[in-house]
Amino acid sequence: MKKILVTEDSAAMRGLIVSTLEAMGNCEVVEACNGFEALRMLPREKVDLIITDINMPDINGLELVNFCRSHTLYEQTPVIIISTEGSERDREKGLALGADAYLIKPFRPEELQQLVIKLLH
Amino acid sequence: MGPQQAVDEFLAEAEELLEKLSQDLAELGEGIENGDVNPDLLNGIFRDAHSMKGLSGMFGFNDIAELAHHLETLLDKLRLGKVSLSGILLDLLFETIEGVGLMVRGKAGDPDYTIDITPYVQRIENLLAGPDDSAMVSLETLNLDPSLLNVLTEYEEHRLQENLSQGRLLLLASIAFPLDSFDTDLSDVISDLKQVGEVVSTLPGAANDDPTRLAFRILFSSNLPLEKLSGRPNLSDCCFDIISESKAVTRAPEVLVPEKSAGRMPPPQPASEDTSLRSVSHSVRVDVGKLDILMNIVGELGLVKGSIAQVATDLSDAGLSQSRDLAKAVHSLERRLSELQKAVMDVRMVPVRQLFDKMGRIVRRMAQELGKKVELKTFGSETEFDKLIAEELADPLMHIIRNALDHGIEFPSERLTTEKPEIGSIELRATQRGNHVVLEISDDGKGIDSEVLRRKGIEKGLIAPEAQLSRQDLFGLLFQPGFSTRDEVSEFSGRGVGMDVVKNNISALSGIIDIDSTFGQGTKISLTLPITLAIIKALVVQIQGRDYAIPLTSVLETLMLEPGMIQTIEGQEVIELRRQTLPLLRLNRLFCLDEKTTSLGEFVVVAGFAGRRIGIVVEELRGQQDVVIKSLGRALSFVKGIAGAADLGNQKTVLVLDVSSLITDSLRGDVSPHV
Repeated sequence: MKKILVTEDSAAMRGLIVSTLEAMGNCEVVEACNGFEALRMLPREKVDLIITDINMPDINGLELVNFCRSHTLYEQTPVIIISTEGSERDREKGLALGADAYLIKPFRPEELQQLVIKLLH
Repeated sequence: MGPQQAVDEFLAEAEELLEKLSQDLAELGEGIENGDVNPDLLNGIFRDAHSMKGLSGMFGFNDIAELAHHLETLLDKLRLGKVSLSGILLDLLFETIEGVGLMVRGKAGDPDYTIDITPYVQRIENLLAGPDDSAMVSLETLNLDPSLLNVLTEYEEHRLQENLSQGRLLLLASIAFPLDSFDTDLSDVISDLKQVGEVVSTLPGAANDDPTRLAFRILFSSNLPLEKLSGRPNLSDCCFDIISESKAVTRAPEVLVPEKSAGRMPPPQPASEDTSLRSVSHSVRVDVGKLDILMNIVGELGLVKGSIAQVATDLSDAGLSQSRDLAKAVHSLERRLSELQKAVMDVRMVPVRQLFDKMGRIVRRMAQELGKKVELKTFGSETEFDKLIAEELADPLMHIIRNALDHGIEFPSERLTTEKPEIGSIELRATQRGNHVVLEISDDGKGIDSEVLRRKGIEKGLIAPEAQLSRQDLFGLLFQPGFSTRDEVSEFSGRGVGMDVVKNNISALSGIIDIDSTFGQGTKISLTLPITLAIIKALVVQIQGRDYAIPLTSVLETLMLEPGMIQTIEGQEVIELRRQTLPLLRLNRLFCLDEKTTSLGEFVVVAGFAGRRIGIVVEELRGQQDVVIKSLGRALSFVKGIAGAADLGNQKTVLVLDVSSLITDSLRGDVSPHV
C-alpha cells in the first residue's frame, strides 16, 4: 500500500485529485491544503509520492520541491508538480529543482493515474 | 460518484467560487477608490479564477473553462503588473464573471446550455492589446542567493520587482522553530511581518545543525527600518539580512487629496430633500442583550438546518427523487446561515481599545492617590473581541492593574536607588493568535520572589517540603484561594490579593491566566481568551456511552490509542507523542462515571490551550458540529471541567468540556491532587 501526499490549496481541485487517486485503489491518500501542512505531515507520514500544486500562498510548490530535494529523508521521494497553461517558467523551475513530472491543468484522470503508476514502480 | 452527483458537486463548488470572486472583486474596487491595491487579495482572485478554469475543465465544461481561461489571463497580467487596475478593467472583470455565472447556472438545468463567449473574449483581448506597463529591475544584481531565486514563482518574482521599484527595504529573515510547533510559530511570525510589510515568500530550509528544529527563510519587504523590526516580540529570534536598502524613488508627483471627500467628486446622488438628513451617523448603538438574542436565533436556525439536512439524507436513502433538490436547498441555506452568523458575530466585536482606555483612567487616578509615577503603554489596541468578553474582562483586568500599581511599581525614590527610571511602566499588549486573543499586562516593578512563594506554600500546607516544583508551579500558588493575605503579601511584594478571584473570572470566560516574574525586574501576567463565546465549532466525542462536545479551537489533533502506548509516570497515565510526554485524562474518572471495560478502539483527543497540552481519552469520535453553548446556571457553577451545555439538534443535549480548566487542573499535578 503506497501513501500519496496531495498538496493543493483549492479544496475542489484537491477533492478531484484525491478521488482520482482513490479510484486506482491500492494507495492511501493524505491531504494538505497548503505548504505548511505538507511540511508538518512529511515527517509524520511515510510518504511514497508527493503531488503538489505550484501556486500556493506563503510556501509555494517550488519551495516544497526544493525542501524535499535538499533533505536526506525525502530526496528520493518522487514529486509531481501541477501547473497551468501559461506558467511554463514555473514548470521549468520545478523540473530544474528536481520534480519528477508535471501535469497541466486541466488534465484527464488517466494522465494522473498513469504518472502515478509510472513513478511508484 | 455518479455523473449527476459529480455535476451537482461541480455546480456547488463553482457557485461558491463565483460568489467569492464577486465579493473579492468588490473589495478590490474599494481599494482602487482609496488608491491602494492589496496584492494578496488580487492574487487570491487570480487563484480562484484559476481554480474555476481547472474545475470546469476537469468536468468537461470547455466553454466555461475557456472564458475562465481568458479571465485568468487578464488577472495574471494584472497581478504581474503588466496592466494596471482601472475602473474599466474592474467592470470588465465583473462582466466576465457574470458571463461565467450565466453558463454555470445554465448548466444546472441543462448540461448542454451555453452562450456565445466571443464578445467577452474580444473585450479582454482589446484591453490587453494596450502597451505593457511593467518595468523590470534585474534580480540578479541583488544580494540574494541565486538558489533562492530558483524557487520563486513568476508571481513572487513580480512582487519582488514591484517592491524594488518602489524602493522598499527588502530583507531576508532567517529563523528556526521546534519541529512540533513550527507551523503555529511560523504563522505568528508571518502574520506579524504582514503587519509591517509584505511577505514575498517563505522558504523552508533543509539541512541544519539541529535536527529538532526546522529553519525557514522569509523574503519580505518592510515598511519599518531594520532596527524597529528586531524590537517586535515575535521577531526577536529572527536574524535579518538586507537584500536591498530602502531608497527614495522619484515618481510622478501625485495629486494631493486634502481630505477624504474634498478632492474627489462626490458620488452622484438622487437629488432629493432628505439628502442632508441622511448620513447623520453611520452607526447605531445597540443593547448587547439584543445581540445575544440574535445570536441565539442564529444558533437555533443552525439546529433547524441540521434537522432538515437529516430529513434530506433520510429521503435520499429512501430513494426519493426530490431529495436532491432538498439537499441543494439545504446546502445554500447552510451557506447563507454561516454568512449571517459571521455578520452577527462581527457586530458583536469591539476593539480592545475601549478596555485599555478605561484602564488608562484607573492608572492615572491610582498613581495620583498612591504618590507613584507610572506610564501606561498600550499595544495592539485595535485587536477585536466579543463585546461580552470585553465587558467581563474589565474587572479582572482592573484587579491585575491595581496589584501591579500597588505592589509591583515602587515609589520613585526607591526606583532611583535600584537604577530604574523614575517613572514606572505598565504595558498592556493585545495580540490575536488564531481564535484567541492574548492580553499581556507587564510592569517593571519589584517582581515576585519564587523562593518566598515556596516557603509560604510549605507553611500553608499547600505543597510538600520536598516537592520539586517548577517556577511555573510556584507562581501557580498565587491562584490558590487564601494563599496570601494582605500583610503577608506586602513583605514579598506579592499580588495574591484576589488573584484566585481573577483566575475564576478568567476561567469563566474559558480563558487561561499565566504569571511570570523576575524578582527585582517586574511581573508579566498573560491572559489567553477566546475571541467569541457565542457559537463554536465543536468535536463531538463519546465517553462511557455519553456524548460530549469539545471546542474545536482547542483540539490540536486526534489519534488512535494502540495497545502498549500508555505508560505510567508517578501514577499519571501518559503517552509519548513526537518525543514529548502527553498526560492523559480519563473523564470517566474525573466525573466519577461507572467504569465499563473498553480497552480497544479508544481515541485520544489532543487538546491544547496557551501552549499546554493534554490528551483526553475518548471511545469514539462522532464528528464536528456548530454548537451554541448555554450556561448550566448558577446552581451548577461549581462543577469543574464543564463549560456549559449544547443542543445537538436531534433533541440531544450534550455537555461541553471546558478544556482550559481541564488543562490547568490536571497539569497542576501534585499541587492539588484532588480535583
